[in-house]
Amino acid sequence: MKKVTQFRFFLCLFVSMLLAAVSASAQNIKADTDNAGLTLPTGFAALKVADNVGRTRHIVVNKQGAIYAKLERLDNGKGIVVLKDTDGDGRAETKTTFANYIGTGIAIKGNYLYATSNTEIFKYALNAAGDVIDENAGEKLVTGLVDKGQHNSKSITLDNAGNIYVNIGAPSNSCQEKDRTKGSMGMMPCPILDSAGGIWQFKIDQLNQTYATGLRYATGLRNVVGLDWNNSLNQLFVTQHGRDMLNNLFPDLYDTTISAELPSETMYAINKGDNAGWPYIYYDHIKGKKMMAPEYGGDGKKTVDDKFINPAMAFPGHMAPNGLLFYSGNQFPARYKNGAFIAFHGSWNRSPLPQEGYYVVFVPYQNGKPTGQWEVFANGFSGKTIVKNPRDAGHRPCGLAEGPDGSLYVSDDVKGTIYRIMYQK
Amino acid sequence: MYRIFLAFVVVMVSFTTVPAQTNNKLIVASVARGKIVYLQRCMVCHQADGGGVPKLNAPLDGSSAVNGSDIPKLVKNIVKGLADRIEIDGEVYSNAMPAAADLKDQQIADVLTFIRSSWTNKAGAVNLTQVKQIRSKLK
Repeated sequence: MKKVTQFRFFLCLFVSMLLAAVSASAQNIKADTDNAGLTLPTGFAALKVADNVGRTRHIVVNKQGAIYAKLERLDNGKGIVVLKDTDGDGRAETKTTFANYIGTGIAIKGNYLYATSNTEIFKYALNAAGDVIDENAGEKLVTGLVDKGQHNSKSITLDNAGNIYVNIGAPSNSCQEKDRTKGSMGMMPCPILDSAGGIWQFKIDQLNQTYATGLRYATGLRNVVGLDWNNSLNQLFVTQHGRDMLNNLFPDLYDTTISAELPSETMYAINKGDNAGWPYIYYDHIKGKKMMAPEYGGDGKKTVDDKFINPAMAFPGHMAPNGLLFYSGNQFPARYKNGAFIAFHGSWNRSPLPQEGYYVVFVPYQNGKPTGQWEVFANGFSGKTIVKNPRDAGHRPCGLAEGPDGSLYVSDDVKGTIYRIMYQK
Repeated sequence: MYRIFLAFVVVMVSFTTVPAQTNNKLIVASVARGKIVYLQRCMVCHQADGGGVPKLNAPLDGSSAVNGSDIPKLVKNIVKGLADRIEIDGEVYSNAMPAAADLKDQQIADVLTFIRSSWTNKAGAVNLTQVKQIRSKLK
């Protein structure tokens, strides 16, 4: 009997050594000779973990190094992809799929995988190996969220107190009576805010929750796609897509150059009950001010000083911050620890000027606050020096995830490429 | 025999387009005017190359609907706009298209003529009479 136990012990030891070898550290993994087509800071290298996986939106990596990606178009009827590196070369050898719905959000907390459709949130129990125990046994946590096409993707993150946070994008540009129509003014108060244009909080241990049982945690957020729980500050952070078409709707107030730069794309540190001001205001990073929206009496000059929260960080307009990740790993140099990575999907409404974004940005933090500077961290996804039209971009960064060894993973939702970025001294 | 028939068809087709020496000039002028409307009202979403924005704004370049014969539908989309998502050639686009009801009949004819003959599109012109007729039924 004792021998059997001993045998089992050594078997376990052997298996865990094998597993350790498989999830090899970044130092031993060979990057692609062209760094997967990316331009990176000195000392960093990249490889393509997988290619042509589908329209991969957000991604998450489990403790064992397997990647879960949420698809916004079904792959043979399935909407979640699982990628595994079985030989330790950093590239995925196996790909399996499950779940019969499209969506954007995916996250792991404790022993559960969470995923969203455009109206619901599901959770799946994970076993000790980080695998979904029963792929057909997704439990429905939340149902009935607004999906009117525009801004319908649902992103999620979780805190350490049993709550899940989901963005509900406003199905509107600026809450005009007629969306995006010249001459149509903003509705007052904006009725959309009752069920969208904010972040809602739900419990992770209750099934079939709805608007009635959830909490509108923050409002006045037009369309958040990137959101992350910052564990070092124990606070929710979100990145908002600012409104479009200032010049088209108000050509007398905004020229095409200003309309390309404004409004700012914004990152907010969120406290319960916060209001970021959409649709009544927008942020102008050139002036460093909250501005009254033209649909609500603004003229490009009127500022709004009270009521609404200020962004923690602001960026040039329309770049579409789709992924947010606070880096907690030890693989990258110390200055990256607790700073924010943001995946900018890339703009479409800066024309006639060239488009912007299509890269991953790093926002350094010091003493729990952004330093105010931001830098392009990974560029080259589009494969073009200048992107004139969005369809010319070969790849567009969308989701971000941190691997167990501190590698940064980036998903692309055009071709379904998964990138892994490593620091190799 | 088939070749002769084909040659006959080609000749007939060229005959039908001949009365349009003057017509051609009109079309060129219409395209030029249509381009101005396009740049001001359409380009921000449908882009300079007519390619649209993947998943958000439908492409006009190469679109079966744009190049098709359902002119009333095209006129209606401009005058009335399109609410919520639409599906074109197997792809879903989620941004609403605003109505451009302030455009004059001639401007609509011009912008449609421009769009249908630009980039890789090679569909026929849309004239003022067509737009007038279609629009009167929309009201």
